[in-house]
Amino acid sequence: MLWLGVAYLGALAALFLTSLWGQNSFTGEIERTWTLDNFRDLFTIEVYRTITWRTLAVAALVTVVDALIAFPIALYMAKVASPRVQRLLVIAVLMPLWASYLVKAYAWRGMLSENGLVSWVAAPFGLDSPGYGLTATIITLAYLWLPYMIIPVYAGLERLPDSLIEASSDLGASAAHTLRRVVLPMAFPAIVAGAIFTFSLSMGDYIAVRIVGGANQMLGNVVYDNVGAANNLPFAAAVATVPVVVMLVFLGAARRTGALENL
Amino acid sequence: MTLSRGARALLLAFTLMALVVVYTPLLLVIVNSFSVSRTFAWPPTEFTLQWWEVAARSQGAREALWVSVQVALVATFVALVLGTMAALALQRFHFFGRNTVSLLIILPIALPGIVTGIALNNAFRTIFGWDLGFLTIVVAHATFCIVTVFNNVQARLRRLGGNLEEASMDLGAGTFTTFRLVTFPMLRSALLAGGLLAFGLSFDEIIVTTFTAGAQQQTLPIWIFNNLFRPNQAPVVNVVAAVLVIASIIPIWIAQRLSGSTSEGLTGAR
Repeated sequence: MLWLGVAYLGALAALFLTSLWGQNSFTGEIERTWTLDNFRDLFTIEVYRTITWRTLAVAALVTVVDALIAFPIALYMAKVASPRVQRLLVIAVLMPLWASYLVKAYAWRGMLSENGLVSWVAAPFGLDSPGYGLTATIITLAYLWLPYMIIPVYAGLERLPDSLIEASSDLGASAAHTLRRVVLPMAFPAIVAGAIFTFSLSMGDYIAVRIVGGANQMLGNVVYDNVGAANNLPFAAAVATVPVVVMLVFLGAARRTGALENL
Repeated sequence: MTLSRGARALLLAFTLMALVVVYTPLLLVIVNSFSVSRTFAWPPTEFTLQWWEVAARSQGAREALWVSVQVALVATFVALVLGTMAALALQRFHFFGRNTVSLLIILPIALPGIVTGIALNNAFRTIFGWDLGFLTIVVAHATFCIVTVFNNVQARLRRLGGNLEEASMDLGAGTFTTFRLVTFPMLRSALLAGGLLAFGLSFDEIIVTTFTAGAQQQTLPIWIFNNLFRPNQAPVVNVVAAVLVIASIIPIWIAQRLSGSTSEGLTGAR
């Protein structure tokens, strides 16, 4: 029964062993000699450093954008809307999740294209579509993962008792003050829980950046290219450890806020 | 909350605007599938049904769709069996390493897809010596589908407790009779929700699939991705994308038919 679990863990372990192996630069065969060369390359070669930072920055920005958009929506859903509207909004938020990931990324390729819908809407304001690039990648990723942020924050806000908010306003706090001193601190673990999804999903992505990112690369592309075209599995494995380590650090930090109970 | 009327209106306006932005790209995909023009130029000038005909005859798209359906069905079935067994084992028995196992089951979905992808690719080829093909896609998909079934079943079991099963055993039913007549009927809607999620996850998955599919097998997402950058195929891709957007209503509809508590289950896991 646990065969799959064992096989999966074994596969992960084997992957990290591979990252410590060298590759014969002449034949391309994997040589089973222990070396840290792959990690040295990863940290010393300028391109890979840039890509690593770019990936982290994109993932962080996507998370911030999603949190800023998701919080007001979740607040409206949890604390203002009537139960009927609440139910409808939950469906409305969830439905795009069932539409294919690829289709949504493709849709943004259409939205952002030259003479596309975005530039048509922006034209009267004297603006233009950002075109394909990092901005487009951030927009697309934020769009793709938005429901993963809304749902935990909504669930977190719904658990927040109304009596606390009433008490705060009875004691003379304005709505803005209540929001800052009561609602936000209580909702923070839920926001972190949503951030785990948006951050992890953005960091591993290489498809959206291929579709709308122009010539830009993320860590996922480096891994993909090294498995496929370059056929350098040890280096790909070394690159792949970066998101894993970042995620473990992230999860460790998230546990302190109590976010894991909000998953 | 004691928000002023202005603040409430502002929140409502923001929510509605966000929803409009969320649904615009999806509608755009559908509109584009009818557009005569092969580019994404907006507004579209003329409409036609021609591309839908072309797409319906497209051999590649049809085959890819068939592969996707088969993979998703088999992977869902495997995930249902293994996920239920794992949840039952963790709930009913206490054994060494119990907490580690539940973490292990969640791992394939918590780590970025590309890591799962190359780990499995590496294991299939070098450790097991398998050729990449239909089987490897199914095993890979089942690996990350288990978690959705597991989560749903475990949540249900926790809510039910073991009393009914104990009563059944006390009345003389064996383990299998109890499972067939008591446990399974109570789990049915949780299994349906978990299975639906697993099917959706498998049908849509591209990253892990890229690394575990052989050259012969193309699932629908891989077919779309391969044809995305070919201008000739753009109209067919538009139609396939539109069909997928429209088809995404089906699972939501099924979820609504299930009781309210199970539609909660549909939101829980990724």
